[in-house]
Amino acid sequence: MADPRGFLKVTERETAKRRPVPVRIQDWKEVYEKRDSAVVRQQAGRCMDCGVPFCHQGCPLGNLIPEWNDLTWRNQGKAAIERLHQTNNFPEFTGRLCPAPCESACVLGINQPAVTIKEVEVSIIDEAFDKGWVAAHAPERMTGKTVAVVGSGPAGLAAAQQLARAGHTVAVYERDDRIGGLLRYGIPDFKMEKTHIDRRLAQLEAEGVRFRAGVNIGVDITWEDLRSRYDAVVVATGATTPRDLTIPGREADGVHFAMEYLVQGNKAVAGDSIEGQITAKGKHVIVLGGGDTGADCIGTATRQGALSVTTLAIGKQPPTERPTGQPWPTFPTLFEVASAHEEFGERKYLASTVEFVSENGKVVGVKVAETEFVDGKRLPKAGTERVLPADLVLLALGFTGVEGDELADQTGAVLDNRGNVARDGKYATNVDGVFVAGDAGRGQSLIVWAIAEGRAAAAAVDEYLEGSTELPFPVKPTDRPISIYS
Amino acid sequence: MSVMSPFARFSTAPAKVGLYDPAYDKDACGLAMVATLRGTAGHDIIQTALSALTNLEHRGAVGSDAGTGDGAGILTQMPDAFLRAVAGFELPAAGGYAAGLVFLPTDAEERAVAKAGFEKLAVEENLEVIGWREVPVRPEVLGDLARNAQPFIEQVFVAPTNGASGIELERMTFRLRKRSERTLGIYHPSLSSRTIVYKGMVTTLQLEPFYPDLSDERFASTLALVHSRFSTNTFPSWPLAHPFRMIAHNGEINTVKGNRNWMRAREAQLASEALGDLKQLSPIITPDGSDSASFDEVVELLYLAGRSLPHAMMMMIPEAWEKQTDIEPARKNFYDYHSMLMEPWDGPAAVIFTDGSLVGATLDRNGLRPGRYVITDDGLVVLASEIGVVNIDPAKIVRKGRLQPGRMFIADTVSGRLIDDDEIKSEIASLEPWGEWLEANRIKLEELPEREHIAHTASSVNRRQRTFGYTQEELRVLLAPMAKTGAEPVGAMGSDTPIAAISSRPRLIFDYFVQQFAQVTNPPLDSIREEVVTSLGTGIGPEGNLLKATPEHAQQISLSFPVLSNDELAKIKHIDEKPGAGSAFTVEGLYRVDGGADALAARIREIFEEVDQAINEGAKYLILSDRDSNRELAPIPSLLLTSAVHHHLIRTGRRTMVGLVVEAADAREVHHIAALIGYGAAAINPYLAMESCEQMVKDGLIEGVTIEKASKNLIKGLGKGVLKIMSKMGISTVSSYSGAQVFEAIGLSQEFVDTYFTGTVSQLGGIGIEVIHEEIAARHKSAYPIDESTNVHQQLEVGGEYQWRREGPAHLFSPETIFKLQHSTKTKSMDIFREYTRSVDDQAENLMTLRGLFTLRTGVRPAVDINEVEPISSIVKRFSTGAMSYGSISPEAHETLAIAMNRLGAKSNTGEGGEDVERLLDPTRRSAIKQVASGRFGVTSMYLTHADDIQIKMAQGAKPGEGGQLPPNKVYPWIARTRHSTAGVGLISPPPHHDIYSIEDLKQLIFDVKRANRAARVHVKLVSQVGIGTVAAGVAKAKADVILVSGHDGGTGASPLNSLKHAGTPWELGLAEAQQTLMLNGLRDRVTVQVDGQMKTGRDVVIAALLGAEEFGFATAPLVVEGCIMMRVCNLDTCPVGVATQNPVLRSRFTGQADHVVNFFEFLAQEVREYLAALGFRSIDEAVGHAEMLDMNRAISHWKADGLDLSPILAGPVFAATENRSRVTTQDHELEKHFDHKLIAASKDALSSGKPVTIDLPITNVDQAVGTMLGNELTKAFGVEALPEDTITVNLTGAAGQSFGAFVPKGIKLSLTGDSNDYVGKGLSGGTIVVKPHANSPFLAEENIIAGNVIGYGATSGKLFLRGIVGERFLVRNSGAIAVSEGVGDHALEYMTGGVAVILGRTGRNLGAGMSGGVAYVYKLRGDRVNHDALAAGELHVGPLEAADATKLEDILKQHVAETGSALAKRILDNFAAEVEHFVRVLPRDYASVLSIREKAVANGVDPDSSEVWEQILEVTRG
Repeated sequence: MADPRGFLKVTERETAKRRPVPVRIQDWKEVYEKRDSAVVRQQAGRCMDCGVPFCHQGCPLGNLIPEWNDLTWRNQGKAAIERLHQTNNFPEFTGRLCPAPCESACVLGINQPAVTIKEVEVSIIDEAFDKGWVAAHAPERMTGKTVAVVGSGPAGLAAAQQLARAGHTVAVYERDDRIGGLLRYGIPDFKMEKTHIDRRLAQLEAEGVRFRAGVNIGVDITWEDLRSRYDAVVVATGATTPRDLTIPGREADGVHFAMEYLVQGNKAVAGDSIEGQITAKGKHVIVLGGGDTGADCIGTATRQGALSVTTLAIGKQPPTERPTGQPWPTFPTLFEVASAHEEFGERKYLASTVEFVSENGKVVGVKVAETEFVDGKRLPKAGTERVLPADLVLLALGFTGVEGDELADQTGAVLDNRGNVARDGKYATNVDGVFVAGDAGRGQSLIVWAIAEGRAAAAAVDEYLEGSTELPFPVKPTDRPISIYS
Repeated sequence: MSVMSPFARFSTAPAKVGLYDPAYDKDACGLAMVATLRGTAGHDIIQTALSALTNLEHRGAVGSDAGTGDGAGILTQMPDAFLRAVAGFELPAAGGYAAGLVFLPTDAEERAVAKAGFEKLAVEENLEVIGWREVPVRPEVLGDLARNAQPFIEQVFVAPTNGASGIELERMTFRLRKRSERTLGIYHPSLSSRTIVYKGMVTTLQLEPFYPDLSDERFASTLALVHSRFSTNTFPSWPLAHPFRMIAHNGEINTVKGNRNWMRAREAQLASEALGDLKQLSPIITPDGSDSASFDEVVELLYLAGRSLPHAMMMMIPEAWEKQTDIEPARKNFYDYHSMLMEPWDGPAAVIFTDGSLVGATLDRNGLRPGRYVITDDGLVVLASEIGVVNIDPAKIVRKGRLQPGRMFIADTVSGRLIDDDEIKSEIASLEPWGEWLEANRIKLEELPEREHIAHTASSVNRRQRTFGYTQEELRVLLAPMAKTGAEPVGAMGSDTPIAAISSRPRLIFDYFVQQFAQVTNPPLDSIREEVVTSLGTGIGPEGNLLKATPEHAQQISLSFPVLSNDELAKIKHIDEKPGAGSAFTVEGLYRVDGGADALAARIREIFEEVDQAINEGAKYLILSDRDSNRELAPIPSLLLTSAVHHHLIRTGRRTMVGLVVEAADAREVHHIAALIGYGAAAINPYLAMESCEQMVKDGLIEGVTIEKASKNLIKGLGKGVLKIMSKMGISTVSSYSGAQVFEAIGLSQEFVDTYFTGTVSQLGGIGIEVIHEEIAARHKSAYPIDESTNVHQQLEVGGEYQWRREGPAHLFSPETIFKLQHSTKTKSMDIFREYTRSVDDQAENLMTLRGLFTLRTGVRPAVDINEVEPISSIVKRFSTGAMSYGSISPEAHETLAIAMNRLGAKSNTGEGGEDVERLLDPTRRSAIKQVASGRFGVTSMYLTHADDIQIKMAQGAKPGEGGQLPPNKVYPWIARTRHSTAGVGLISPPPHHDIYSIEDLKQLIFDVKRANRAARVHVKLVSQVGIGTVAAGVAKAKADVILVSGHDGGTGASPLNSLKHAGTPWELGLAEAQQTLMLNGLRDRVTVQVDGQMKTGRDVVIAALLGAEEFGFATAPLVVEGCIMMRVCNLDTCPVGVATQNPVLRSRFTGQADHVVNFFEFLAQEVREYLAALGFRSIDEAVGHAEMLDMNRAISHWKADGLDLSPILAGPVFAATENRSRVTTQDHELEKHFDHKLIAASKDALSSGKPVTIDLPITNVDQAVGTMLGNELTKAFGVEALPEDTITVNLTGAAGQSFGAFVPKGIKLSLTGDSNDYVGKGLSGGTIVVKPHANSPFLAEENIIAGNVIGYGATSGKLFLRGIVGERFLVRNSGAIAVSEGVGDHALEYMTGGVAVILGRTGRNLGAGMSGGVAYVYKLRGDRVNHDALAAGELHVGPLEAADATKLEDILKQHVAETGSALAKRILDNFAAEVEHFVRVLPRDYASVLSIREKAVANGVDPDSSEVWEQILEVTRG
């Protein structure tokens, strides 16, 4: 570490500036201004190069954060990207999208603002792409083995890249029309422009990965058939079953799952024209769920021209500071102001949605009640109901599991009791040669977990095919973040 | 049939069992030499010598059997008249026969066979046995142990059949004696026509009664050597008593393993016409002998082959000539030349020697043993370890002197005169034109033609880094800092990764070797401050016949540094281009990796043949190289190759025909270089480490240095690091370190070690060549992967030894365990605590510790109900926190631990930084254990008086054998106050305690502190290493109350990285060995055994108890509970959680609470209870030492642990159920016998009411630590304010024993007329000490010795007036006392931080080394005597006195005259105005600046402790 006292000299956190709200909501471009490399370097210099770097543990990928912080501080961008790529196939995704459990675990965060690890990460990869340091690394010889990866989200793509570099012939299947899974259509452009995906896909292609978009495995081709065409199959289809809210009025027009809405929105941004697109233009929008997807809905609705956007959450407003029950270095639930929250709308807490009010089959409002704790459950408090006007209601309540019926039916693969594809310690399902990685196996999680699983599953597949492997195995299927519960 | 070595035969030691091995026995002693210059022999000389011996009794030791001593003996001239009278048969004329005692078998039949055999051998040597005499002995005076081992003792008389006499006869009897011992297994204490030795396993008091011969008036001599032995074992042996044939020795040869190997290597080339066929006498060095015995055998060989005895001594113990500037050239050439014949026998030593007419004595190069002499007007010379051993009328003494480092003292009893060092050495130095021989033959590297530098490409470097397993971490953490700064980097908080033996990752073979280090029986050196005695120079190339001296012997390449650059190596490779220089042969240390382990072994055998062939063809230099590895050929680990070739050549007797140079890529750490040298390499070229640094410079990863500078820095860092490793073992020259094998192996199979690392200890067995091959192959595979793209971004492995990394080795403290420990103790959740301990204990997959391999054998004894197990409150009393100083950790962190431990009734430890009086007296915030470490910061009478336990730190787990430093920026004002030093001025803790150079010195310090506080237990803290058992036994015999065994992995504020990882062993080993050895010695019942080192869980505690520990120490874990997150930057003062920092900003972030610490220890105790219940024990006491309750299970499936055999830890010797496994009694400190009781009684009034008293008493050298107990009483009565000066005045007459006036507080004045021994005024705490010669002494006081070595060590205040010269290391670490002496030895004022020194006479070398405070006024100081580095760096200002200084000096001199009547001081005062010009002031620069800044602040009304002043101070002291 170049300056052990850096954290004492620069005590404040400084991150990239967001463009002014009135400007940025006029377009779909990323909300951040270009990063000042001097600031990034200075911030990287706050890294303490800990004896036990909790950030490195807090990151499922095991990113070598102290190393590349130091290299960034020293202006060694080329070495930094090598060190970053050593553990992370797609830092441009994580650097934009990851909620950064590393920063929650940052030791400096015990009593100071944490190091801006994510900013450093994204700066490293952006510089690397700018300077042409990101090259394709095709294998020198092929193993003759073939692998199908089903699903082209972060887990699938990571698995594909790892396997291709190990010399396997890899085909990635995607039921949607473009490769990228959630990255492509789940994430609005103002968070990550799609050129980042395209650039990375080009690298994968150059390394030999074949992409098959628009093929729905289990429907267009049976899982059985797929299995027999390949020496191994990696299921990386995500946890796409949304959590529903079955209250009166659910069937009303204008009540949608967030992802339905976002996918259409993102496709539209990509230039597709969507018939009957769900749009917020000129509507009162209510978003149920205070998470990232909810925020994505807010930002999208804002840009589409919503009249109002209200987010309802049943829980309390989270604290802005780490509460005692969520001690360092755990990943706390905090009141966050995402870019979308800055832009527009209102957030209401302790609001229990009891009914979607509709007129003529069309939603016109949401009836909410205050909540009270009864027998450990937060329930609507009688007599406090009121109706909020709404033309569009978006359910952003998370996901419950994999859409795995076809897989189960066709291969006999077992699902676990949480609706995910069951697997052993090496990502193998009970079906020989079929592996599962990412949310499909783990359940809804973070993009870093998805990439880490993809990498680990690739190692498992490689070992299955070759008898041994040199690929890294960053996480076990059972690994979980540090928490006070075990 | 092999003959049993007589050393083993007449010894009481049990055979090797469990972890106990008699080979580790160490000894140290007292010795004396008496001679007369009057020319006539007399019995008075014998009597004088024997009485001197009696007065050295306290330097010897007795074991569990109080009647059995460790050995004593006497060497005299042949008492012809006596023998003639008692032989019972006719003897030839004096000088015409030889005689000597013989230790014979007790069995009559065996004895008859032996005697017959001897007579037959005599005939073969042209000698005739003229008779045997049964020597009268009185076994009834002996202890049981001694009596049981007693040989049958006869005297044999032989006469030459060829009329030989003189040395010729000596040579014949030498041959006979050697052959007799080799073939008959009997022992001859001596067999000579000139001298005779009587010795045995007796105490000093028993020697004369046991051998009535010695009392016979007819038994006469002009000289006598006597010796009393302190063995660490209680199993001394009859033959190992001193004197030997020519010498007696107080000391320890640290390099003996190498010296023995080198002698063995030389044997094939030994040839002497005078001695005849030497093969019959082989081996020259008898197996099982002690270091002293081996030394004697070689001296004798050199002497009998034709060199004079002083000449032989100069070869074996050369003075520190290398860096001496004022040595005459001829003498320097002598040493230089002889360094090519033989390496020094290095270590602390006082040796007395005689050839029957000349007697002499010499000291090691650093003067680490005392030697004092007196000469009387009638020609009596008495030299001894102490002054005062013989009672002589002061009026008769004409000279009092001391042995000086590297200097010789000789008395010629024939010519009746003393020969001084210069005379004898000049004479020997002019025997041959050594200088011309060197000039004509020696090859200097710099004179060889330069070669073009070869630069390697980045990809080549990277490929090879992978081949040799370099990690990113090594480049970043180890190499880059070295290349940048030229110094080995420093780390903190110990090591918590698995040792190589049980690591699941491929490890370098270096990692299986653990550095040994000096503790207790010999001191480590301070290679920085005392660099003047060290040397990194060495010669490489063939050696000639040791017994001859020719110009050709000088045909070697001389190197000034053991690490070579690539270009230097290239010169050696091409040496044949210089005519007559011989040729170099490069060994390709590679093998076909696909051939497996067999190919590796076969290749090594093939290399042996290549090497033999090359030597036959005249190669003089062998270069062992791993340069050319490739896809097929993998490198043989350089250490394996080096040691294999080294031992092959020793075995075949050709080792000294070639020099070994190693061209190695795997060597990249200091430890690696040290190991290679330790196993026989003369020099190493770590080419890949250098190329890696070059590459990092090119890549911009190392900034601020050029490529050339980076390589130079690396070489410098590695070489200097080796020096430090050598110093840990007390070895000062690299030429004697080479081949000394001061390593132990952990995790290597005995067979493997015997084959390739002959003579190395490997206690637990382990892997062999198969796994070594697998590890090589794994690295090789990663360097040559099938497909590069697989891990394209991973150029090298991440590493993770020094900082936790997910891909790296497991650490006991991981994010998860740290978090769970903190969270559970904060929230008082036992459930989460159990999760924490489970994750630490659950090592099924990681096998992180040896204890992880054990399981607890529940079910053997019936489990007991947990309610019957002793309660938490009683278990926690056995817990203590580690010695972390106030200074290394913040006041908040320190106090929080103390409060918690006091609340629990457990103990916290001050560490070495002292304790504020305000805390000292606060029962809630004090630390019960007060540490006494080498820096002695704040160790005062007050501090000691208020201790529950006093802990003497001999070594520290993280860096055994090393000292420490508190850098200037951590010496904040509050720290400085507690340490009695100056804010902003750095502080040094030296590697050794300068008052402990031997076991008898430790005994002395225990004696001293016990008298400073009779109620306190005295701990001795040791670090686990092989042989710790015998050290522990020695410490028990030295009367420690508690022995603390520390694991190697303990934390620390700052340590060189090699020490963190490569020195010492896990506590499981050390504890088990200590327990077994203490029990074997019958000493276990009188000491408490404590253990610490990465103790974290209840399971750890229980395992420790079962292995023999009664008390348990914790350091890192409670720190983590307080908030430490293992940042490992304690050394940087940047601890972000306020634990290990003094920075107020960071301290404000400290959040630790005593409650949390209490929770931790209570949880721990609860777990202990649960384990005890399950095991069927009701208390810890019941469980202690029951190793049979442990089982090993885990090793089974591990690829490496497979060969490990933990049974020595568990099995050990079998003890009866009734034998005590824990402490049941206490040491007999003989407190009631202390001299001070008289003083206390006489001071009653003063102690009760402060009324002044004056006491007059005589004193002798057996009265030690006089005044200390009185001081304790005074401190108890009056506290820190003490009493007005001189309230109690004690006037003493005679010779004071060691530690005169130790820790004496204000109010006491000790005024001694006579002289005193070592350690006067140790820890002086305000009192006044005066020592002056008798009024009727005829000599000039200022030219004679008045006091011994290490005067005023660690003094904090008070006054010392010494009228006369004192020994080495005057006022070491003085922090406040005022002291006057009239001349000093080497290293005066070392590490001094405060106070005033006045030196009125000559000084030795190296004055003011590490002096960072205080002031000295030195009369006529020679500039070259001041520490060179300090002068050069401007750290010390040497210049004229200012007016205020002159006033101060005048005042002190007046006091000196008033107290001592000093004529010298009076002369100076009489003409003060002129004389003051002859004084110089020695003043440390930073100290002066800080004082002036603080004074200015006060003058300006600013708080000198304010942060503003602090900033100013730091600006100055940071340079």
